[in-house]
Amino acid sequence: MAAHVGADRLAVRETILTNGLKVLTQEVRTAPLASVWCWYRVGSGDDGPGCTGISHWVEHMNFKGTERIPREQVKGIIERFGGSWNGYTWLDQTTYLETATRDALDQMLFIEAERMAYCLYDPADCESERTVIISELQGGENEPEQLLEIEVTAAAFKAHAYHHPTIGWLGDLQRITRDELYGHYRRHYVPNNATLVIVGDVETEDVLRRVDRHFGSIPPGTLVPPLRTVEPEQVGERRVKVSKEGTTGYLRIACHAPAIGSQDFCRMLLLDAVLTGAKGLNLWSSFRTPPPQRSARLYRALVDRRLASSVGGAMLPTRDPFLYTLSMTATEGTALAVLEEAAMAEIDRVARDGIVEQELQKAKNQLRARLVLENDSVTNLAHQLGYFETVASWELAASLPGRIEASTLSEVNAAAARFLRAINRTVGWFEPVSAGDRQASVGLADGPGAPEEPR
Amino acid sequence: MTSAHTGLAPTRQVLSNGAVVIAKQSGMTPAVTMTVGVRAGSLHDPDERLGLTHLLTKVLDRGTSTRSAEQIADELDGRGVTLSISTTRHVLSLSCTCLADDFERVLELLGDVVMHPVFPDAEIETRRGEVVTSIRQDEDNPAVMALETLFALLYPNGHPYGRHAKGTLETVKRIDRQALAAFHGALVVPSSLSLVVVGDVEVPWAVEAASKVFGSWSGPAAEPDVVPPVRQGPSRRRTAVPMTGKSQADIAYGFTTITRADPAYHAVVLMNNVLGQYALGGRLGSSIREKQGMAYYAFSAFDANVGEGPLVIRAGVSPANVDRALASIDEEVAVMASGGVTEREMEDSKLYLVGSMPRMLETNAGIATFLQNAESFGLGLDYDVRLPGLIQAVTRDEVNAVARRFLDPGRAAVVVAGPYEPQEELSA
Repeated sequence: MAAHVGADRLAVRETILTNGLKVLTQEVRTAPLASVWCWYRVGSGDDGPGCTGISHWVEHMNFKGTERIPREQVKGIIERFGGSWNGYTWLDQTTYLETATRDALDQMLFIEAERMAYCLYDPADCESERTVIISELQGGENEPEQLLEIEVTAAAFKAHAYHHPTIGWLGDLQRITRDELYGHYRRHYVPNNATLVIVGDVETEDVLRRVDRHFGSIPPGTLVPPLRTVEPEQVGERRVKVSKEGTTGYLRIACHAPAIGSQDFCRMLLLDAVLTGAKGLNLWSSFRTPPPQRSARLYRALVDRRLASSVGGAMLPTRDPFLYTLSMTATEGTALAVLEEAAMAEIDRVARDGIVEQELQKAKNQLRARLVLENDSVTNLAHQLGYFETVASWELAASLPGRIEASTLSEVNAAAARFLRAINRTVGWFEPVSAGDRQASVGLADGPGAPEEPR
Repeated sequence: MTSAHTGLAPTRQVLSNGAVVIAKQSGMTPAVTMTVGVRAGSLHDPDERLGLTHLLTKVLDRGTSTRSAEQIADELDGRGVTLSISTTRHVLSLSCTCLADDFERVLELLGDVVMHPVFPDAEIETRRGEVVTSIRQDEDNPAVMALETLFALLYPNGHPYGRHAKGTLETVKRIDRQALAAFHGALVVPSSLSLVVVGDVEVPWAVEAASKVFGSWSGPAAEPDVVPPVRQGPSRRRTAVPMTGKSQADIAYGFTTITRADPAYHAVVLMNNVLGQYALGGRLGSSIREKQGMAYYAFSAFDANVGEGPLVIRAGVSPANVDRALASIDEEVAVMASGGVTEREMEDSKLYLVGSMPRMLETNAGIATFLQNAESFGLGLDYDVRLPGLIQAVTRDEVNAVARRFLDPGRAAVVVAGPYEPQEELSA
């Protein structure tokens, strides 16, 4: 029945231009669309001291006109083909995309070539964007869970640049200059630091000719080596507490976790599926559909037992070791200490006793389904190629289903014992304070069982 | 694959009990998306049990006459399937995507959940706790507070569109198994159900499987939803929701407009696209985000339904910029009302709306949503083929007429939620 599926998709082809630009193309003929993504190996993990948030701000500036696309004409080029465009910045990457009808292919490539080398950085636009980004940061601060995430991540990393949030610290955002922005752009936006991905109803040879015409003359640059700091091994549990006006308590537990290149990555992905349900591996799409998690260990232990109204887990592919994170919302009336005690009992149990074969099989089934479902559009297919090429290699993405299938119970259990152990954890509380005490503060939390502050 | 000439051309079959089955084969992935729509939305919540439908979405799949909540969870999780259940004012929706090999078993389970839920008391208590927590989270969320308050202003005097869909801490307490079962028995009935199946499954088989699951189900005849008319605001109404612990204020600003069946529907869609959608937030985004750098988001949204739906403008701004942002919204609204749209804007928005259809209809989920919506509003099986023509046919005069008819700062409802010190004239 499913035999014809795949006939509409050809294999991925890799081409490298003489200036070092890596081009990945895939012909997919299920809809008259094409998706173009241009990826750069620069993210908030490359933001230096005093310049946190600069990679993200540069992303914003790269939508504000180029030498051949006047600022007022940026809007409309893709829209006239019914297309959508966007971009995002995260720890290891900055990326830009357009998806539109296939007739827009040349326009999409033109925009990305212009963006790579010819953005304007008009000083007035830099200033105007400063306040937009501060508004983005403050909008995020309205969300208690985001505030907690920032504090927990900063506590978990004391040395590596994954320490600061992608959007940056407010003080840096108030001070970064136009020349710093432009300098960051010129250092990192070179063809030999980029991957261009084109997926859709297109002819590969035609695509490559157009790519060469638009990008071929952009000179390569000197590659900036990644920041070299390695996070020292954690030597004891860390705790952090955000006390701020609010209505609801949130708990977050973060463990240092393997990078995408590690053999342990897929084992942790399976462990996360057992604890909170499988999400898949596509940052662009997987998190838009909630995971199948009703039978997951933490859901049954915390949500079905009325201690939490939601539980989530995140094991994301990153270049350097990042975090495996569990997040929970305390139900109305449940003290964070009580929720934490129950969560820790489950985490300690899985670290000590591991999971069972039946759970491993279910996790594999879930991931097999999620990896199919998350590749349902040219946009999602193109995202995966570029994402993995930027943090490791695109071939790695293709090898992940096999690595997941091959993972054994003893390997998953060894990873659970290693990564979930207490000294590898950072525990964060968002403790709501009543409206009367409006002073926001961040401080060290007491351990579970210690006296709670008055609510 | 869909050709531009024939369109989706789905198959539609009405079962003998009145249930509608719509199927469309599509082979992008070896997967199938199923959605069930039932005209049993929160419009029907009794005032004293507001939030009933919302709680129903949380407990519908927590036990049937033959399956425990745990069994349902195990069956879905084991196949990597997430069943999402939600409600609008008019439609209770269930949707899920599974691998094609699991289609028949998942459809059978979906049918069981729709037709034979038992609402165990313990599950009601657990999910009530989640709803209460969610209501408390909303109280701490400026964007939600701004919108909820705006709807109460736009739809006053107990109008069903102005009520809190999740209910209040008081009304949620009163919802019990009896109330849920009575609501389900009266409203979740075959004659108001439509099932859409899209994916890697042959149409005759999909229809046969659906008929096997739903065909012998019976229930009382469904009545159409009736929504009381709403009067456009006679004057400007303003409310502040002070939330001092927050970093940013959320503005919600809006008008009531038309029903989905109104002939002016596509004119309002185009006007809204120019005002607050095109590219990054249309004229509003250009002014508030691009030119003035005041907000990360500024846009408008239009939602027509059985009753006269709202057109809502949203922006999130620093407390110091609230007044300037409101003045800019007033200005864009007034300029649109008096000057209308340009020929170029009309052309751009039409190209965008027509051109975006292949993207909208690329995935199984996208197609299923489109077909469910077309069924819900009686738009016909060829709606995807007719839609480009309907958009192209709208004239600039028609767009300018709806702008004049609905946009007027003097009659807007305006809410600011967040760390904002209301001036005298803006207080509640």
